[in-house]
Amino acid sequence: MKKKSRTKNQSLFARIQSFLDSQDDRLTEEMERDEEPEPPHESKLPVWGQTVEGLASGEIRFFDKIYPFAAFLLALFIIAVLLVTASRLPRFGGDSNPALNEVTERYLEDGMEETGAVNLVTGIILDYRAFDTLGESHVLFTAAVAVLVLLFDAATEKQDLLENRDYDLAGDTVFREGVRFLLPVILLFGVYVVLNGHLSPGGGFSGGAILGAGLILHSLGYGFAATEKLVNRKSYGALTVCSLCFYSLSKAYSFFTGANHLPSIITSGVPGRIFSAGLILPLNICVGIVVACTMYGFFSLYKRGRI
Amino acid sequence: MNLFLWILLGFLVICALAATFHRNLLSTVIIFMGYSVVMSVIWVLLQSPDLAITEAAVGAGVTGVLFFVTLKKIRQVDDEYSEGKKHEEEKQD
Repeated sequence: MKKKSRTKNQSLFARIQSFLDSQDDRLTEEMERDEEPEPPHESKLPVWGQTVEGLASGEIRFFDKIYPFAAFLLALFIIAVLLVTASRLPRFGGDSNPALNEVTERYLEDGMEETGAVNLVTGIILDYRAFDTLGESHVLFTAAVAVLVLLFDAATEKQDLLENRDYDLAGDTVFREGVRFLLPVILLFGVYVVLNGHLSPGGGFSGGAILGAGLILHSLGYGFAATEKLVNRKSYGALTVCSLCFYSLSKAYSFFTGANHLPSIITSGVPGRIFSAGLILPLNICVGIVVACTMYGFFSLYKRGRI
Repeated sequence: MNLFLWILLGFLVICALAATFHRNLLSTVIIFMGYSVVMSVIWVLLQSPDLAITEAAVGAGVTGVLFFVTLKKIRQVDDEYSEGKKHEEEKQD
């Protein structure tokens, strides 16, 4: 409280400095607090604090003064560069923007005929640029694998100690009844957004994120044991891998054809109907499944160390 | 409509500064979620509802939850809670 009142009438730089100082104080406090409970072990190795005091306290104090100043200058420099760049960007939606070229015209004029999607954004990302989206969904999968490698904790499987400690919300009646009301609406909206990706705003990514949020809500309200009936490690792996394989099989031939389309036997149908737009609907479902599973998998791994 | 957009953009800048300079990490995450909500409104105003839905679901929903879980994992929330408890106990003493 003392520090706050002191910093009231100071310049921005002084405030930043005192803020950094207070963070330092807090850090050292925490470090001291952490060190306290450890038994004092007698070792001949030089302790860090002693080395600092004995060797080069002057130098380190010197850098202590330099660092905040240098950081402030660096931040100012980056802010200036970004502002200058932003001021030179072309006006939003202007006529002479470099993005407004023949590609945009082609998309806007022939997009609906060629892809069959009423929502042109989905038409672009899942038909013209389906190859890019293939990479994006694989990035999601790779991220999930990386988190799995980092956070997977086999020990929690045998002793479900976390199961009882962490899910205090599952016993909360108000929260659980709220989930009971909200969850069907959320899941239904997620499915709607995924299935209508080619007709209305939305698509695999947004719908999948909504579905994943619904799954997270369910696991918070009813515990992971209930959610595991729907998404456990087996079904997680099967769903994700099947979706990615389907997507890859249907679009990865662009590797061999030089990013050109092959003539498809699936017609684009009548624009506006739900079974139209060729492969866009199944691809949307695939992306939705991958995103939903990844979101829930992240949460589950963060929370308890396994899926 | 233009004035409304300017108000929202100003709110974004304030949110960004507040999230950077706030000391409490929990509040920072909540400010960040507020930032995402306003950003999704701006996406609607810029006529890209697809991005707005994604921003609202990912930025304001899932990312916030993941941040909360991480904070709990590194005991930030617990520490502050127990510190508050300590203060209460001291007051009682």
